[in-house]
Amino acid sequence: MSDSKLIEAIDRYLSGEMSGEERERFEQLRAENAAVDSQVTEHKHFVGLLKQYGERIELENRLNAIHDEIDVDTLHEDLFIQPTWIVRLWRHHHSKISVAASIAIIAALTTLFFTGKFNSNDSKYELLSREINGVKQNNARQDRINKMLSKELTGVKRQMANPGSYRGTGFALTGNGYIVTNYHVVKDADSVYVQNVDGESFRAKIIYSEPAQDIAFLAINDPAFTPLGTVPYSFKKSKSDLGEDVFTVGYPKDALAFSSGSLTSPEGSNGDTTSYEVSIAARPGNSGGPLLDSRGNLIGILTGKQSRYESMTFARKSSYLLDAIDAIPADSLQKKLSLNTKNALAGLTRTQQIKKLQNYVFMVKVYN
Amino acid sequence: MNSKVNSSAPTDSEAILGILNNSEAILKRLYLAYFPMVMQLIINNNGNQDDAKDIYQEAIIVLYNKIKSGDFELSSKLKTYIYSVSRRLWLKRLAQMSRYGGDIKDFEEYSAHDEDEAEKHTDRDIQFGKMENALKLLGEPCKTIMEDFYINNRSMQDICERFGYTNADNAKTQKYKCLQRLKKLFFQQN
Repeated sequence: MSDSKLIEAIDRYLSGEMSGEERERFEQLRAENAAVDSQVTEHKHFVGLLKQYGERIELENRLNAIHDEIDVDTLHEDLFIQPTWIVRLWRHHHSKISVAASIAIIAALTTLFFTGKFNSNDSKYELLSREINGVKQNNARQDRINKMLSKELTGVKRQMANPGSYRGTGFALTGNGYIVTNYHVVKDADSVYVQNVDGESFRAKIIYSEPAQDIAFLAINDPAFTPLGTVPYSFKKSKSDLGEDVFTVGYPKDALAFSSGSLTSPEGSNGDTTSYEVSIAARPGNSGGPLLDSRGNLIGILTGKQSRYESMTFARKSSYLLDAIDAIPADSLQKKLSLNTKNALAGLTRTQQIKKLQNYVFMVKVYN
Repeated sequence: MNSKVNSSAPTDSEAILGILNNSEAILKRLYLAYFPMVMQLIINNNGNQDDAKDIYQEAIIVLYNKIKSGDFELSSKLKTYIYSVSRRLWLKRLAQMSRYGGDIKDFEEYSAHDEDEAEKHTDRDIQFGKMENALKLLGEPCKTIMEDFYINNRSMQDICERFGYTNADNAKTQKYKCLQRLKKLFFQQN
């Protein structure tokens, strides 16, 4: 049997075209002849592969036909609406972009470092250090931030009979000559005089002070002093609210000066809860002045201001003043110190309030 | 994903039965349902629309053959199966093109087990590639004779008439010569 005939026989055998008798004979030949058997196996495998290949081509054609029905461009747009060119750029090159950005940042930081930008003392730097050091509350720091309102006098320019070397403001606690002012105004004083709105000076002495609260108490011990009437303001024990209209009168210069604003914060500088922050334009010399609300309640004592910003002034809350009064040793009080509880200023206009008030506010002059 | 396309997605068992029964409609619904998912994968990983088509069709063929072979057991969802196979095929393609950057952005869950299906598939693909080449080199009329007889199951009688052979023996001799040449061309490769 030639190869050609054998292949033809195998094709017929595999496709099942052989009749029963012929088939038996072929299977017998296959069993006896190993060469024929291996050729059958090989041919079967090859033809099978060819058939599968044909099926694959057919399937691919079917899938292509289906695929052609899809509007791929529209689908593409539906699926990828957001990516603009910049997003695509990022997607394809994000690693390169990241490296470039890192290098740029490092270069910028290095340049800033070497040009000394980091060492400049701008206000942001100050702000930051305040946050970090905010916990540390000491007097030295307070002194640095709060520019003291007291004003040093040269003496030469002053034409008054009793020029002091240092001065501030004080106000009466009672009609019988007890006056409160700031501790920093009268500390280191050899002698203290207070001067009323009419220009009359009276000798006073320090009877008690609380440096931590920056409060000092004076008593007028001058024979020329005639007791005032009852003080017109009352002392507020509770806290005042944000946004309250407040004002002060004091002696930043020779004549009495009025200044008003609002209560802007329940805390002073660096989270100091013993003080209010008020938007009053205080000047040196206002230290120790009274802070009053619109109804004439005394709510605090001006103590200092923020050096960096305009119109940011701090005032010790009145409750700390009351505490300090309670702390005055009884033997320091030669006269009775009983605070007024009746408010005579409520309901009056601001000008009328000041007219009543001015007699109880003093210039404090210090000699040392 | 387009909701209209999605709504017509066949259920997994529907799809398997449809392929077993040669349902063209089911095949079409299956194809349309999952193409956007694979397209999203390919295009977001350095591919284009043509890559998406190639990879997706390969994945569908893997699924098709798997179902046809009769031992298809769905270990995960059909969707996961298609995604996993496409993913692996695309990773291989990227590696071949040296475009693989080391990471791939995924949009679906995938299963490593299903990914292995892609490996089995490629062996057979190599054989088909050889067959395609061999047929191309074979030339006419041999190519058509081989396709008609072995793929399209036409009788020698048909082939005789088609090619104008005067008798069946001549046709048979021609067919034999063609087959020997095809085998030679096929096995010569690699």
